[in-house]
Amino acid sequence: MTNIFADFLSSLSLINLGLAFSGVLAGIIIGALPGLSATMAVAILVPFTFALEPSSGLIVLGAIYTGAIFGGSWSAILINTPGTPSAVATTFDGYPMAKNGNGDLAMSISCMSSFIGGLVGVICLALFAPPLASVSLKFGPTEYFWLAILGLTLISTLAEGDNIKSLIGACIGLLMSMIGVAVVGGDIRMTWNISFLNSGIEIVSAMIGLFCIPVILDLTSMKGKHLSDSETPKNLRLKESFLIVFKKKFEAVRGALIGTFIGILPGAGGSIASIVSYGEAKRASKNKDNFGKGEPEGLIASETANNATVGGGFIPTLCLGIPGTPPDAVILGALLVQGIRTGDTLFTQQSSIVYTFIFGLFLATIIMLPLGLLMGRYAYKSIIKIPKEVLIPIIIFLTIIGSYSIQNNILNVYFMFFFGLVGWILNRAGFKASPIVLGLVLGQIAEQGFVQAYIIGNAQDNILANYFARPISIILVIFILMGLFLPALKKIYNRRKNV
Amino acid sequence: MKLKSHFKRFLAVLSLLILSLSGANAGVTNIIPFGPGGESDVTARMQQPYYKSIYNDDIVVQYKPGGGGSVGWSSLNSEKGDGSVIMGVNLPHIIMQPIAKGEKAGYKTEDVNVFSFFHYTPDAILVEASSPYQSLKDLLDYAKQNPGKLTFSGSGTYSANHLLIISLNKKAKVKTTYVPFKGTGAAVQALLGKQVLAEAGYSTVAAKQGKKVRMLAVASEERLPAFPNVPTFKELGYNIVSGAYRGYALPKSASKATVKEWSDRIMKINSDPAFIKQMEDNAFVVVNIGHKDVKKFMKQQQKANKAIAKELGLIK
Repeated sequence: MTNIFADFLSSLSLINLGLAFSGVLAGIIIGALPGLSATMAVAILVPFTFALEPSSGLIVLGAIYTGAIFGGSWSAILINTPGTPSAVATTFDGYPMAKNGNGDLAMSISCMSSFIGGLVGVICLALFAPPLASVSLKFGPTEYFWLAILGLTLISTLAEGDNIKSLIGACIGLLMSMIGVAVVGGDIRMTWNISFLNSGIEIVSAMIGLFCIPVILDLTSMKGKHLSDSETPKNLRLKESFLIVFKKKFEAVRGALIGTFIGILPGAGGSIASIVSYGEAKRASKNKDNFGKGEPEGLIASETANNATVGGGFIPTLCLGIPGTPPDAVILGALLVQGIRTGDTLFTQQSSIVYTFIFGLFLATIIMLPLGLLMGRYAYKSIIKIPKEVLIPIIIFLTIIGSYSIQNNILNVYFMFFFGLVGWILNRAGFKASPIVLGLVLGQIAEQGFVQAYIIGNAQDNILANYFARPISIILVIFILMGLFLPALKKIYNRRKNV
Repeated sequence: MKLKSHFKRFLAVLSLLILSLSGANAGVTNIIPFGPGGESDVTARMQQPYYKSIYNDDIVVQYKPGGGGSVGWSSLNSEKGDGSVIMGVNLPHIIMQPIAKGEKAGYKTEDVNVFSFFHYTPDAILVEASSPYQSLKDLLDYAKQNPGKLTFSGSGTYSANHLLIISLNKKAKVKTTYVPFKGTGAAVQALLGKQVLAEAGYSTVAAKQGKKVRMLAVASEERLPAFPNVPTFKELGYNIVSGAYRGYALPKSASKATVKEWSDRIMKINSDPAFIKQMEDNAFVVVNIGHKDVKKFMKQQQKANKAIAKELGLIK
């Protein structure tokens, strides 16, 4: 124990504190700019960390990652564009809140929620990493398939207004997810001989296009300000947001636990975590009807979950050497170059580096709270104050930079504009962007899981058992059935009671 | 007035950020046609400090991922040929993609002006530590008695992992099932989680996973220094030497002198004992194929891969 305490003290050295601070700061800014993702932020800074002590280098990377996932919520709230894919669900209630003049409240709540989520994730990482890592191994192709299907059934829960239109939107997304070379089988599908499409639709540029461009077009075509000012623009509305978050503390912890759990599943990631958490929150909430119209509870669900995936994702990364999320893959590479071996032995033989790193993450999460609140207020004010004629070109400029820098490829920018146009037309026809993006993200996971499970089941001469007779699969299937039929059953029950 | 200062500060932050992003572009550029964190990225990162100390210049790694590398390779020849840009290349990718996808690959193997290969990760067969199979013979005996039931996880279709299983099936006269996953990480996850009985992976998996896995055979010429107890396929009677080779290419417009200079640079880093040690510790096998030998080597590999492609029915 004394050792761990020493590690804690060493993580508190002045240089590490400074590094954690600047890491969070840089992370928030990068995360807030659409297209500049956490993965890229980490990748750019990897070479600089080689000049530092291994543990200090890790602290910076962890801090940037933490900051970037939180920063993604800003653009989600202020311009309806997820700054990182994991902030998709933040747009559902964050942007309506800002539209209603509660942008400052939303910024503060999102910061506090991210703080809670981050904290729960790091605590799970520190205390339960090895057992949780073995849980992630119980997830085979079948379980990934059912998890993706669970996410898809949530579309009906998320949908505001027209259910049929969201289902059609999700189907469009699913079709788009099949473009490119199939991972299993290697078939080339729907690429129209454009070799750029071999890798499939690039999700981030599609997302920027679908979410952001329609907002910009609407802004340009309509009179009036982008966001209406709140009545009390001067303060942070700290007390108010704290009370809201405190009142929803169980919901916040639930979101954080969902986020941590999905974080430990490699390849699932923050976007699925925040969507599942949002769906569960809406299903369980008393204010169900208010979701999607600016309900703080929805914002809390999404933001606690996505920041919890940071700590959760490091569990398989550090224990198994399997990256939990794309930024983890970069950090894993950095560890390898520095000669640090991940896996079982990491927690025993090189435990001091690990614990310094975990304390560093902890520290970054704590620093994020005041820094995020302060910077958030400033960012909110800037967006409110900047005249529309200046704001619109800046946002367009950022979307171009963002979509270019994902793969250093100008084609991504063209695709972003293409999706923007499609998104705008669909928006006019009443189709929302989120079901399309959900279909796009979940389709790939569902398809791979399904085909892999089929091949394995076929080899075992028992295909059906491989889909339905595995314990975790059964639980997931029950959740799916509940999501599909509970609302209908409730209606029938209520009708009978009334009769 | 207040508005102006807000705006100014906003612009200042923005320009600082852009400066810092573009500032990363000094020195020579090494474009990796994959995302960060993979073997191509990690080995390029390992070269960075040696390059800096020998040539007192930075080699900056950039990523241009997509299509299993094809997005990068199809754009290689439009880069500057003055030696300021090199691009990572991988085998069997640059041979198999044009075979499997034809024109849809976006480039031809001959279009990629490879000047050197500096290492490879040999293919390997691994099982999870608690698996009852102690040797490759155990595993293949099971496959002989239960055709199709032996499942291998591996990374991707028509990849080095996939090709290994095709060759092994043919040479050992067995029928097994290959299950492709997206990337090595997912394939390892399936192995550790006992979703499959074995993995067709790389030697690097054994180095990373330590005692959690058992490597049964490795497709290198000789046993690996980090794994003296693991036999090669050759020793076991299967003439398979394969894996993923990694090297670099220049645009076609590069002069002969530039090609030679870059090949010499990469080979010089390859001769540093500290670099070799670092590579071997992680089960990478250093090979010295410079600009003089690279054409011959490519021909050999093309012949071998075409034979497998025939086996797969990709070509007649």
